[in-house]
Amino acid sequence: MDAEFFRAWITEIAAVVEAQRDHLTQLDSAIGDADHGINLARGFSAVRAALAAADTATPGSVLLLTGSTLISKVGGASGPLYGTAFRRAAKALGDAPEVELPAVAAALAAALEGVKRLGAASEGDKTMVDALAPAVAAFGKAVSDGAAAPAALAALTDAADAGAHGTIELQARKGRASYLGPRSVGHEDPGAASAALMLHALRDVAARLAR
Amino acid sequence: MKKLINSPDTVVTDALAGMAAAHPSLAVDVENKVIVRAGGPRPGKVGLVSGGGSGHEPLHGGFVGYGMLDAACAGEVFTSPVPDQMLLATKAVNGGAGVLHIVKNYTGDVLNFQLADELADDEGIEVASVVVNDDVAVQDSLYTAGRRGVGGCVFVEKIAGALAERNASLAEVAAVAAEVNERTRSFGVALTSCTVPAAGKPTFELSEQEIELGIGIHGEPGRTRAPLQPASVIVEIVMDAINADLPLAGDLLVMVNGMGGTPLIELYGAFGEVSRYVCGHGARIARNLVGNYITSLDMQGFSVTVCHMTNTLTDLWDSPVDTPGLRWGR
Repeated sequence: MDAEFFRAWITEIAAVVEAQRDHLTQLDSAIGDADHGINLARGFSAVRAALAAADTATPGSVLLLTGSTLISKVGGASGPLYGTAFRRAAKALGDAPEVELPAVAAALAAALEGVKRLGAASEGDKTMVDALAPAVAAFGKAVSDGAAAPAALAALTDAADAGAHGTIELQARKGRASYLGPRSVGHEDPGAASAALMLHALRDVAARLAR
Repeated sequence: MKKLINSPDTVVTDALAGMAAAHPSLAVDVENKVIVRAGGPRPGKVGLVSGGGSGHEPLHGGFVGYGMLDAACAGEVFTSPVPDQMLLATKAVNGGAGVLHIVKNYTGDVLNFQLADELADDEGIEVASVVVNDDVAVQDSLYTAGRRGVGGCVFVEKIAGALAERNASLAEVAAVAAEVNERTRSFGVALTSCTVPAAGKPTFELSEQEIELGIGIHGEPGRTRAPLQPASVIVEIVMDAINADLPLAGDLLVMVNGMGGTPLIELYGAFGEVSRYVCGHGARIARNLVGNYITSLDMQGFSVTVCHMTNTLTDLWDSPVDTPGLRWGR
């Protein structure tokens, strides 16, 4: 997977976030402040513009620019958190012009660690970590078991979906939803939902480019 | 949704352009959404920077001026500004004595200011931060993101701003800001939701007969719902929550704040009830504010903020201030 592949992934995320803008905002209005889809759509549209204007020769440089742009343009909690995730992933990928599945698995693990540290969140807090953590674990296991890309990416998205869905029954302990206490139960966490969408975009782009 | 706007995308920058046109005492960078006092920093004076999502006007931009903030960063509606803006503001107000960041305790504001502090440090600017968290509606702060910063922010910005104007050091200004925060408690109530322009519909639904108790300032729902009752009963619920957390005593600074859609006639009615409650509990309202100071767009509702004053704090409160949102003594 080269820089072209990663640009396609980010472009796909931008399209999906735009298409799901109202859905994400709807989830956020139930337990937050009704802006998650709006902010991500604004942020990834800025990322798309930044990628179009810059020369990104390596997978790492694509993700670094993505992360920095999100930190500079989004605001809220999701800007620093997703921005840090992409920047950590970028640093894990380094300068390599092409990367294989194990490097991607390590990059996603680094992204997860970055989010957990900055947000001081653990699994079960009803945040994006609840989608990312099981997804990163399932992907890492599939890759180390020698699975091919389609199977490993299916494991990634299946675990992310299950994790995001699992936030419905959780009570929020981080972020704005935590102010609701028990009333946060019964709603999917918008950050977990958007994290799952981003991983779906990765799988969809891999399937499309493999054809 | 009926709003007096050009479009949801330009609502923040249109308002900033209006601020620039209305207040020549401010230098407004509309593109970067940063409001700074015109005329640059005064050498030797600690700079005060705050910021947060838009939709809370006059907070924070309306409190930039003599005796209060040096700069404010405006985010999108209800979304914290980004570190680049905070760094820009910090550099613009640095007069060599350091810069205090006044941050409301919301995850986004805290994370972005944290990143901005690192950037300022890289540039060799001494920065201190105070996180305001005065909202007693958040009871279980161990299992949440902690108490939110709400009305207490107005008091912190005014009192710390007054001390900075007297050329106090960064450590002293940060200490008084922290002291005001520790002495301040707030509680808010919504009668209706607000409508975020970009979302186009109310954030939550409340029936004609319901109110939401313990709200923040972003249309996030509160802890509980209750039936609509007379103002005297609602104020008693609010004051009981504040009094239970820090019992009323001595001289108080009390703000009855409108959330944006509540007329002054109702806010004054509420202040009368607050005054009665405070007298009944053996304390005294030494200073007060009644009006819209930290709002939640078009929400109907109000909040009460109480600060336990000392003579020093009262003296700083009385010091001259000259901003679009607060002005006296000068």
